[in-house]
Amino acid sequence: MPERKVIVESQVGLHARPAATFVQTAAKAAIDVTVAKPGGEPVSAKSILSILALDVRHGEAIVIHAEGDGAEELLDELAAIVSVP
Amino acid sequence: MERLAGAGVSPGAGYGPAYVMTGAVPEPAPGARHGGDPAAEAARAEAAMERVAAELEARGEAAGGDAKDVLAAQAMIARDPALSADVTALIGDGTAAERAVFEAFLHYRDILSGIGGYLGARAADLDDIRDRVVAELAGVPMPGLPRAAGRPYVLVARDLAPADTALLSPEIVAAFVTEEGGPTSHTAILARALGVPAVVACAGAASIAPGTPLLVDGDTGVVRVLPSREQVAATLRAARERETVPAVPAAPGATSDGHPVALLANIGGPGDVPSALRHGAEGVGLYRTELLFLDRGQAPSEEEQMAAYREVLTAFPGKTVTVRVLDAGADKPLSFLPPPGREPNPALGRRGLRVLRDHPDVLAAQLRALARAAAGTSAALRVMAPMVATAEEASWFAAACEEAGLTCAGAMIEVPAAALRAADIAAVADFLSVGTNDLAQYAFAADREAGALAALQDPWQPALLDLVAMAAAAGVPCGVCGEAGGDPALGCVLVGLGVSSLSMGARALPWVRAALARHTLEQCRTAAAAARTARTPAEARAAACDHLPGLP
Repeated sequence: MPERKVIVESQVGLHARPAATFVQTAAKAAIDVTVAKPGGEPVSAKSILSILALDVRHGEAIVIHAEGDGAEELLDELAAIVSVP
Repeated sequence: MERLAGAGVSPGAGYGPAYVMTGAVPEPAPGARHGGDPAAEAARAEAAMERVAAELEARGEAAGGDAKDVLAAQAMIARDPALSADVTALIGDGTAAERAVFEAFLHYRDILSGIGGYLGARAADLDDIRDRVVAELAGVPMPGLPRAAGRPYVLVARDLAPADTALLSPEIVAAFVTEEGGPTSHTAILARALGVPAVVACAGAASIAPGTPLLVDGDTGVVRVLPSREQVAATLRAARERETVPAVPAAPGATSDGHPVALLANIGGPGDVPSALRHGAEGVGLYRTELLFLDRGQAPSEEEQMAAYREVLTAFPGKTVTVRVLDAGADKPLSFLPPPGREPNPALGRRGLRVLRDHPDVLAAQLRALARAAAGTSAALRVMAPMVATAEEASWFAAACEEAGLTCAGAMIEVPAAALRAADIAAVADFLSVGTNDLAQYAFAADREAGALAALQDPWQPALLDLVAMAAAAGVPCGVCGEAGGDPALGCVLVGLGVSSLSMGARALPWVRAALARHTLEQCRTAAAAARTARTPAEARAAACDHLPGLP
């Protein structure tokens, strides 16, 4: 099951611009992608509202999950977005 | 012809059709059902959301810059697949598209406002997008401000957010009328900076029908509904005369016996400089730098800040330019400096210098930009901190200024504690500047934006005069940069209290200069003492004017 656990390095957390970039990238992919807080309920990574509602702050971990063609590359790309301070 | 009255807070007169900002599209009736074809109804909802998304995106493209990113994010919300799934599910249960959209948004709105802080503030964005989709479905006009119209309109609203007001100009808006807000609200201050006449705390304004011709007199506070042609002509002419009469060559401000009082302008950016110079400003007493930061996803770069500061500094060679560092928080929220948690009462929370202490990097960048802007200019740059409550805070700010190579660091006196201990602050600050609006807000525990509390915001309140007197006696130069300084009689009283400079909206400068030039320092002192013995603002004004012949 392709999945990445990453720490959100952006100072504003997964809000504002980083959240928008994250969702835009996920939305371009044809496959399903989800995000969850560790142990939490996963939500669609293509939904800005669901992402905002997760309220992920700076320094918190998220688990990104995708399945299907190109999942690994997509996960790498998404992980890179949230790893930018 | 109907006559409404409020507080005239920005001078001049304006005439135009009312543009009524309702702020909300009517809520679709709870329990509204569709005709029985869920697939067609869902497609209708989907199409409306897409049209709204496309329009937001197009507006963003047209505006460019940060507005583009903000509107692109809003478009993303309108296209949100989770939201769309919720809408489709509700429609599947028989709910009409309008109501389904309303309820789906409500779900996320509750979550975001429950989180508070930055996300709580986004709840208002959701309302705006929701209203657009509902309006699109119901075939009613879109909410929001038309940025350009056939001719300038009179903007009528319950109240206006600083961000709304800041983007307007006299070419778009003939005047502002708000039902709420006080003389010191940001609508009032920004209207003056823009040169747009404004009347606030105007009871009945919200019931004005859209499109109704309105004549607004920002000097008298009178709003006439459906005025006659003669009325319009007479009022506009009188306003123009008021503007031109005091445009006399400006000597430096002084009492009739030669006691100098620097007469300075309050500005929000380089755009306000021409008016300040035209009205004879001897420098800048308050440069509100937050207008540079409003509506931004992130702080303006050091380079961009430097350019804006240098433009102002070079316009006043050899003169004083007083810059207030970023004053964010409370009624001036900035998205890139979110409060660390939910604040039940932001005016009493993290704002002004308190925000800057949480974000010292933002302050350091601004101070560096100021130091670089001042290098090579002959202006005397003074930098001051907003919302200083203690000498320890003033001292921290002075150290930050020194670190950046700035030699003149002052403190705003806006908190009663700071006025009471002004002498302690004066020991670590090069100058003081009294912000009468916030000082009144905190001294009287009366929200400056609350129209119903306007009487407590009256700058003639004797308690406020007492606090100003304490600051003026602290031992360093002390100015007043609140709106109080622009009242000719009060200007004389403030000088009598010991204030060394007055800073105000540019148009008030000639009037205050003329009032000072007609009275001696001793008369000003006697008037100030008389005002302080009074028990009400009206008595204070009357007592002062007994000693200031020729002033109302």
